[in-house]
Amino acid sequence: MRKTPEELEKIAATIRQDILNMLAAAKSGHPAGSLSMADIFTALYFEVMNHDPKKPDWKDRDRLVVSNGHTCPALYAVLARAGYFPVSKLKTYSKLNSPLQGHPERFRLPGIETTSGPLGCGLAQAAGIALASRMDNAHFRVYCTVSDAEHDEGNHWEAVLFAAKYKLSNLTVFVDRNNIQIEGPTETTLPLEPLRAKYEAFNWKVVEIDGHNMAEIIAAVAKARAEDSRPTAIIAHTVAGKGVAYMEGKSEWHTYRKNVK
Amino acid sequence: MLNKEAKLSKKIFSRDIVLRAIRDGFGEALVEVGEKNEKVVVLTADLKESTRVNLFAEKFPERYIQVGVAEQALVTIASGMAACGKIPFTTSYAVFSPGRTLDQIRTTVALNNVPVKIVGAHAGLGAGPYGSTHQALEDMAIMRTLPNMVVVVPCDFEEAKKATKEIAKNKKPTYLRLARQASGVITKVKSPFKIGRAEVLRQSKNPQSVIIACGIMVSEALAAAKELENRGIETIVINNHTIKPMDERTIIRAAKTTGAAVTVEEHQIDGGMGSAVAEILSRNFPVPIEFIGVPNCFGESGKPEELFKKFNMTSKDIIEAVKRVILRKNS
Repeated sequence: MRKTPEELEKIAATIRQDILNMLAAAKSGHPAGSLSMADIFTALYFEVMNHDPKKPDWKDRDRLVVSNGHTCPALYAVLARAGYFPVSKLKTYSKLNSPLQGHPERFRLPGIETTSGPLGCGLAQAAGIALASRMDNAHFRVYCTVSDAEHDEGNHWEAVLFAAKYKLSNLTVFVDRNNIQIEGPTETTLPLEPLRAKYEAFNWKVVEIDGHNMAEIIAAVAKARAEDSRPTAIIAHTVAGKGVAYMEGKSEWHTYRKNVK
Repeated sequence: MLNKEAKLSKKIFSRDIVLRAIRDGFGEALVEVGEKNEKVVVLTADLKESTRVNLFAEKFPERYIQVGVAEQALVTIASGMAACGKIPFTTSYAVFSPGRTLDQIRTTVALNNVPVKIVGAHAGLGAGPYGSTHQALEDMAIMRTLPNMVVVVPCDFEEAKKATKEIAKNKKPTYLRLARQASGVITKVKSPFKIGRAEVLRQSKNPQSVIIACGIMVSEALAAAKELENRGIETIVINNHTIKPMDERTIIRAAKTTGAAVTVEEHQIDGGMGSAVAEILSRNFPVPIEFIGVPNCFGESGKPEELFKKFNMTSKDIIEAVKRVILRKNS
């Protein structure tokens, strides 16, 4: 059932509360990126993607490769709220014997397409999925989420080249452009700008949006779907720690600290 | 005496033994594998010719993927394709993959448990003149520590063909280690090969040591055993082609029969096939062991045969190692 942007925003607010509860219970995790990704994951699972929580292995499902695996509290909360597993499981996040590992693992939890955490590996896997699906004349779409600091990794740019070579128009990557990484701002750690021009120079279509605006997220995906000869990068400008005033924009909240309220 | 069931070539000790490269066996078998199973796809990192996947690429251009000199992408793209039901064979030199790609293999192949085949060519000292940068001597050690991974090191051209066909069917993450240089084809089409089962190539009535070898060193081990027999020292020779999961039963049985072991591999001694044998025997039936391999140093430029001499890895060195281990056993 189609959701309005307002309805999606309401779900995302619940997701943010889930994230904070999970991190507080675990005393571990990555708040800044989880909160900056909350709206994108919500839009993907509650509006954009063709998927069925009751049939996580359905072969025609759209695929999501979460390359920025450290943002999995947001992913887990969205999967639970979408019906993949009981919401009550969220409180086990990163604890012993939990299927909700500190970084997501395939086979441990329904709905996880790939194991991730080590950065820079996801886009290439998504490109592999996109190429395999084209070989099989399948029609599902492949989404990938990456952090902005992940663009420091060579593996990521190898995949950017590759996806352009094979004109993988069925592949869409969301770049969580929240401008921070562990040690500080991305632009002082290893400058990424001009990021849009870089993707364009690599023969990608680029759409820039406010990554917290549901209508813009959905419109950007529509533009990506309309593209028939290039992969699309949606550079989603986000705020690290979005929704929690004392975390917003602060790199020290990349990882968990005491006093998550 | 040679084990008849191993069905070895009659020419193994003759000068006119057929010489073929192990990588050629891989390349030829890959075409057969591609004919039988359309799920098989082949990716290479700018090394189509020298990893011998050019044959597959010519026959199945739609299933051949060139990723450029991008080994990390090579493995991770393959992981994605495997997640969609493909059986990807990834090829590069072993120094680059698994050398450079350990993280990608660990997370996206082994932990993901997808049936990506990591094919490492020019492994060992065969890259000769290229020097130490191109001589992969650590790859078995790296790959055998990964849970879910299968590690296979064929001993010759024929065995490489069988190994290629088998790993296409095993549904598991697998590392296939290939030597560059032409070497004697010691096995035949009918010689048995099964992943996880070491082959006893030589048996004796009163063996004093077992020689456990893999890869192209198997023929050196057989040559050493023949010479030892001439000198009145009987041995067992095992082709230990599967490094993981290793055939513990055959190795333990041979240790119990002989009370001494020599391991022979074209790899660092530390962490390699011999180390795996030592782990098995120390847990089950400890016996003295001598290790033939590269002794905790990097290689260097030179012809492979010159390097084998330099690192004491010839059949003569195996003979000396057998004598040493028997002395230790009897002391």
